[in-house]
Amino acid sequence: MGGLIAEVEAAVADAFRQEWGRVVATLIRTTGDWDLAEECAQEAFASALERWPRDGLPRNPGAWLTTTARNRAIDRLRRRSTEAAKLREVATMAPVDAATDDGDDGDDSDDGAVPDDRLRLIFTCCHPALPLEARVALTLRTLTGMTTAEIARAFLITEATMAKRLVRAKSKISNAGIPYRVPPANLLPERTGGVLAVLYLLFNEGYAASGSADLVRWDLCVEAIRLARLLADLMPDEPEALGLVALMLLHDARRAARVDADGELVTLENQVRTRWDLDEIGEGVAVLEAAAQHGRPGPYQLQAAIAACHTSALEAADTDWARIAELYARLVRLVPSAVVKLNQAVAIAMARGPAAGLELVEALESSGELTGYHLLPATRADLLRRLDRPAEAAAAYREALDLAPTEPERRYLARRLAETQDAASGR
Amino acid sequence: MRYLMLVSQEPDGTPVEEAEPIEWVTEMRERGVRQLGARLRPASDATTVRVRDGEVLLTDGPFAETKEQIGGFDLIECESLDEAIEVAARHPSARFGFVEVRPIWED
Repeated sequence: MGGLIAEVEAAVADAFRQEWGRVVATLIRTTGDWDLAEECAQEAFASALERWPRDGLPRNPGAWLTTTARNRAIDRLRRRSTEAAKLREVATMAPVDAATDDGDDGDDSDDGAVPDDRLRLIFTCCHPALPLEARVALTLRTLTGMTTAEIARAFLITEATMAKRLVRAKSKISNAGIPYRVPPANLLPERTGGVLAVLYLLFNEGYAASGSADLVRWDLCVEAIRLARLLADLMPDEPEALGLVALMLLHDARRAARVDADGELVTLENQVRTRWDLDEIGEGVAVLEAAAQHGRPGPYQLQAAIAACHTSALEAADTDWARIAELYARLVRLVPSAVVKLNQAVAIAMARGPAAGLELVEALESSGELTGYHLLPATRADLLRRLDRPAEAAAAYREALDLAPTEPERRYLARRLAETQDAASGR
Repeated sequence: MRYLMLVSQEPDGTPVEEAEPIEWVTEMRERGVRQLGARLRPASDATTVRVRDGEVLLTDGPFAETKEQIGGFDLIECESLDEAIEVAARHPSARFGFVEVRPIWED
């Protein structure tokens, strides 16, 4: 019996991961009430835990959950008798559900004529009229089912603050008339870029974390990859969605090697490459190739291609820096941001020598665009060190140390500073 | 949904001709979006009214002492915030000052 219960619990947990977003997305469309949708979805999963051990697993867990959640919504709306109009709307969704009962994964849609509700939900959560931090939180809450407490922990703020952020975002959606839809063609490219940016931000929040104390933040990477895959599935004509999946996989594959046994940050060139996840790298490269089939390169595909250059080198010395520098040059044309230019400078330094890189870094410095960004002096320091100018390098490391935002980064820079000072004093 | 557009211009430096919304007004009226609207006299002509302890208190000037002041308003009827954003973005003042889009509190 214990085995059966464990099996059912595993099935519910699996259904939760697979179906939460779909159930919530459908209920939001039919009730227009975000809180009601979340509450009823929650109750449906609780009910599954109770009934599946007794009645056996339903043939289509997703449809079972959606139907159960919908029935809960009808019950609740019936109790609030004033919302008769909504009730009628929810009640009429029954036939739609019956149709999807056999459709299972919804792969039978006619070229996306009826968009998946989850796509509506993603675009609504990532609407640019919402503050960025709310977009990220709302996407996590409604699409992945992470609880408010879990999201708060991952973003290092209190649960009350996170709850307030979510409430405010949901009321703005309903009060300001943010539409629950996939944007029309004229808005789609811009809004898709916005969704991709939110997912990448989510991934980077998790990726920037390091050390075992930050395990909960690593969940953000897992969720970000799941969401990016979902977006790529739902938007098969958007190669940048695939590019983002590839980029995330290729970074994620190096996650274990980024931090050593003492929780210290390990730079790319010093990472133990046998600790990279080869399966994940293989998948990332395959996804990137699938994206390239569309013949429409974009910033995420280019960044993924750069990441692939790194992961395909068995040793740091094998890295094809000339190709990376060329990819950065293309990226700068699409995204002329100072951070991208800084990375380009690093690649050029590796391909053509530190002096060439330093020239670009100094140009960036005088532009003032990256004032206060620790990686600017850190990069200059590194190039000066390689040009055997230790005194100037030490000064730049000190500057970077003052600006670095995380502990592991500060420790790394402090180590480099100490080495450079030793070199400067001729030891 | 109905929205109130609060239209502001930078107090100085705006080329007056380019900020002229006549075309916008005609287009939005024909589209059935703009219900009413008006240009306002400058904030220096404003009087702020408060009542405290039954006494009417008057202050010369606007209630918010900010650099940007409301120069006009438009009441628009749109299908969603997306349409309201599109309408606001086409107002010439959006290029020089800003346009705040506020949903009307409907019951």
